[in-house]
Order: sequence, then structure tokens, then C-alpha cells
Amino acid sequence: MRVVHAVLARPTAPDEGPLVSPSVLELIGNTPLIEIRRVRDGVAPGVRVLAKLEGFNPGGSVKDRPALCMIRDGLARGLLVPGKTILDSTSGNTGIALAMIGAALGYPVKLVMPANVSQERKRIVQAFGAETVLSDPLEGSDGAIRLCRKILADEPERYFKPDQYFNEANPRAHFETTGPEIWRQTDGAVTHFVTGIGTGGTIMGTGRFLKSVSPAVQVVAAEPEDAFHGIEGLKHMATSIVPGIYKEQELDAKIGVGTDEAYDMVYRLGREEGLVVGQSCGAAHVAALRVARGLDAGCVVALFADFGSRYLSTNLWAGWTPP
Amino acid sequence: MSQVRVPTPLRKYTGGAEAVEADGASVGALLGDLDKRYPGIKDRICDESGQVRRFVNVFVNGEDIRFLQNLDTAVKAGDEISIVPAIAGGC
Repeated sequence: MRVVHAVLARPTAPDEGPLVSPSVLELIGNTPLIEIRRVRDGVAPGVRVLAKLEGFNPGGSVKDRPALCMIRDGLARGLLVPGKTILDSTSGNTGIALAMIGAALGYPVKLVMPANVSQERKRIVQAFGAETVLSDPLEGSDGAIRLCRKILADEPERYFKPDQYFNEANPRAHFETTGPEIWRQTDGAVTHFVTGIGTGGTIMGTGRFLKSVSPAVQVVAAEPEDAFHGIEGLKHMATSIVPGIYKEQELDAKIGVGTDEAYDMVYRLGREEGLVVGQSCGAAHVAALRVARGLDAGCVVALFADFGSRYLSTNLWAGWTPP
Repeated sequence: MSQVRVPTPLRKYTGGAEAVEADGASVGALLGDLDKRYPGIKDRICDESGQVRRFVNVFVNGEDIRFLQNLDTAVKAGDEISIVPAIAGGC
């Protein structure tokens, strides 16, 4: 049996941080970057393929970052005040993040999500004390966006809506944290950044930071190749309500990924790397390898938005049989 | 005749209609009839081997056909069939 010594590089050594964290909010960010050693599929030896494991955030996904930034921004601008409820539409991870942060800060949270989001997601947000409103599953996340707008329009004074699709604090979270972390963790060696697009917040903010310190860094989006897909968390932009924060002209490339190849990649990452991740991470890694195979030298960083345990009841695993 | 509820990304096949009618004694036969009425739609729901794609859920009166008899699940007049993909949103 081949033994692989994976290197988990925490950006700060344990003796540099506080011994006790004042709250769960201080645990957000500073996620590890890991070398992908086996699932490389013909990538040249001079090309590093790394994955940023956002599942290490306390809410379990990359969405802790924008959720915290948007709520802090709302507090600073006086839009979120005691007595108000945090309201948003979400397919899951942002909802979990908002529910966790709302609980930690003492604000009630109401979330609109399509009825077909995974059971685990509904249960997790409810465990944080959030209220859920389910929208028509046939209309997907756009249906949740529309229902959320109606709830807000009916009682605007009752709610603070972070509105991840249009709030500049969403990409700013990544400009201020995710981007600098990747730069520091790779010691400035990153040449390509690859991630999926849902709101576009991750790719916009991280990409902007990396280009600000090294204009040559290529920013590549992984996108479902078709409007009718099963990559939970990602959007096919050409047929969706385009988020206000999403500026396609800032991307260097978009790579279309099929649902089947994204799912198959998730299974491989579990068995060959010991990383059971979500379906959007499978899509990101498919795209990262496509980028990496075209290089002789470089450092490709893919962002893995979450871990896979919250998808065990979904089609990703329901249709899978152990080899 | 049964009613078929169509998800937003497939409504380009049905002229924008959210619900359409189709006929068949089983889900498989009904999807075949649906494809005659709206050519191309079945290929989006089923793969090359004819099975329902991994990320697509088909419900008969709210019951997932994977827990019934898959494409052999019986359908009778007045049943409601829903085609629901996994959801999108996110990153």
C-alpha cells in the first residue's frame, strides 16, 4: 500500500493564535490548503494542484465568510438592529451560515429555500433555531429568490435581508480573507484559481484580490454545462437570474462541467484522496484538472466549498453503489 | 391522461408551460408519449441507456419512482407526475 504524507498547512501555527476563541465567529476562515496527490490525471509533474478546504469553517462551508461579512456590514450601517429578523433565500450553505451567525449574535433568522434541498440542510438550519419557508422545487433557487422578495415586500420593516446575490460585502469577504489566505499559503506561487459560480461572490472577491497582487493569475469558473443539472450550489448563468455582484468580464475563462463527471469526481476524491466533498467541489476539481493539464508549470488552486456529509441523502449518493 | 409538472430549465420544450398532459400506463410509456408531444425532452430526463439520469427525480403523486418500480411504476388517468432536478444556488 502506498502511503501518502499529506501536508496540511494551517496559515498560523497553533501557538500564534488565542488559546480560547471568544465565539464561533472567530473560527471562520483560515482554512487549510491541501496538495492533491493522486487525482491528477496526467497533470505534468511541474504543476501543483491544491485544494482549499472550506468545509473546515465552523458552519461547514465557504459561505460562513460572506455571511459574516454581510451581517457585520448590516450592523455597521444600522440596517440590522435589535428586533429585526435576518431573512434571505438560499439553497443551503448560506442559510446554514446565516443561521449559525444569527444564533451566535442573538438575532432570529428566516430562510426561504426550495423544498427539494437536502433534508440535512433543512435540519441543520432548524437546529440553529432558524425558521424555514419552502418554495416550489420546480422553480429551483430562482423560485426561492422570488418568494423571499415577496416576503420582504409585504413587511419590509421587519427584516434585514443580506441579499447575497447583490450585496458587495459578499465578494468583499473573499477579497479580504480567502484571497489573502491563498496568496500567503502558496507563498505567492498561485498561478490559477478555479471555483464554481453560484452567486459569483467567491470567484469575484478571491479573483480580484489575487489579480491585485499578481495580475498574471488566471481566474477560472467551473459552471454546469447545461441549465438542467444536478450540481447543487452552482448556477448556469446564461439561463438564471444573474446576480448583481457577478461580473463575467472579470473572469479569464469558464469551463462547463457535466453533472455525471462532477459526481464521478466526488467519488474518486473520497476513495483516492480521503476527501468526501460536495458535488460543486467535484465540478471545481474537474475544471482545475482541465486547466492544469494545459500547463507545463504552475500552481492551480481549486476551492472546495464544503464537505460531503450534508449531501448523503441527495441523488449524489443515493444513486451510488460501493465498488 | 396525466398531468406532468415541468421544471423551469425544461420549459423551453413545452413552449413555457409549467404543466402539460401526457398519456401512458407506466412512467416509461408516459415519458415516451411526452417526447412525441415535446420532441427532445426525454433525452434530458433519461440517459443513453434509457434510465432516469442520476440527478433527476421523478415523482408520481409525490412519491419518488426510485422507491416504487422506477420506469415501470404504474400511472393512471389523473395522476400528477413531477420532474424535479437537484437544486442550484450557491458559491
